Amino acid sequence: MTVKHHLTDDLLMAYSAGDLPEAVNLIVATHISLCDECRAALGSYDAVGGAVLDTCTTVEMSKASLNTVLDMIHAQDTQVQDKPVSTRIKDDVLPAPLIDYVGGGLENVRWRSAGMGVKQAILPTSKDATARLLYIPAGTAIPDHGHSGLELTLVLKGAFQDEGGYFGRGDIEVASEDLNHTPVADISEDCICLAVTDAPLKFKGLVPRIAQPFLGI
Amino acid sequence: MRDSGGMGANGTDILTAGMTNDVVPWVDDLIAVRDARDEGAFIRVFGHFGPRVKAFLMRTGMDAALAEECAQEVLVTVWNKAHLYDATRASPSTWIFTIARNKKIDVLRKQRRPEPEDLPWGPESEPDQEAVIGLQQESEKLGRALRDLPEKQRELIEKAYFGDLSHSEIADQTGLPLGTIKSRIRLALERLRHSMK
Repeated sequence: MTVKHHLTDDLLMAYSAGDLPEAVNLIVATHISLCDECRAALGSYDAVGGAVLDTCTTVEMSKASLNTVLDMIHAQDTQVQDKPVSTRIKDDVLPAPLIDYVGGGLENVRWRSAGMGVKQAILPTSKDATARLLYIPAGTAIPDHGHSGLELTLVLKGAFQDEGGYFGRGDIEVASEDLNHTPVADISEDCICLAVTDAPLKFKGLVPRIAQPFLGI
Repeated sequence: MRDSGGMGANGTDILTAGMTNDVVPWVDDLIAVRDARDEGAFIRVFGHFGPRVKAFLMRTGMDAALAEECAQEVLVTVWNKAHLYDATRASPSTWIFTIARNKKIDVLRKQRRPEPEDLPWGPESEPDQEAVIGLQQESEKLGRALRDLPEKQRELIEKAYFGDLSHSEIADQTGLPLGTIKSRIRLALERLRHSMK
């Protein structure tokens, strides 16, 4: 299975710069978990960040600073091992970043009915954008739903089709508010997606607003 | 020393000479911190990156005292997470940038940052020296390309990474409409990409 629909470069760059709402970071991290092409592109944007750090001006640290830091590492000199939930749980549908937000695998998702057999579960992120898991029964159409800003939809299981094309596992649709679309879940199996919407004008920073794909570096 | 004249001309020379700081600054020190818990190497890393991380954090909107405190924590994280440093995937600057960025998100946005799965970003059993050199050379090249950009273009890229550019600031600083800024950034990135070829 190969990913055909990717993140835009402006989203990758803003993720690298740390300039996106938490829910958008979550869907970017989840897509990258499934897409080596975007993972590599992110690496190049991180490298730009490293080059910026290297070439920018410096501000002297206080004299006591080094000793403070050495005291801190002496006080706790054991290598810190991160053990998020996702290192203990594997799930066929949910990549690690989602396991952390669900608090477990797919069976731990607390679905709520959204009508027409569609279910949703809103994930706990900061309020400047919303991340939800959607469960869409096979063959069901989601009527065109107004959204006032950016809408990102990442397929985790099954597939859907809309005016933008056919989206399978790992594919992400980046829809701006002017896109009229009516996603229909593929008939062959139920579809599970991660969908992220931002409230209007909630993005901070320059890059997401520009919303034009840069060529990859 | 950042002079790397002739560096890419004969990769095998570099390989046999080992990774000196002349070729790939800070990689040796970071690896010494990682593998030998070498405090002298850590102090050198601190001396170089501390003031840069502090400046970076101040540019993202922290006052000097907070930036100082956070820069200290970033360097402690460098020590604590050195086992995750993989020289085939990031230059020291890039790796430390990601730690400083995460600190910024943590402190200024009060959010955690979801990270992609996997990142077997840990050291491999057989570190591929050629891959290390290749990645570090590309990073050097990127740094030079950034420094060689016309000042205005470089500043715009910096501002995008510092996140200290707002609509009104753009207007104040340049008097340009946003569309022009957009084209300028695209141009800067295209030049950067072009000079990387």
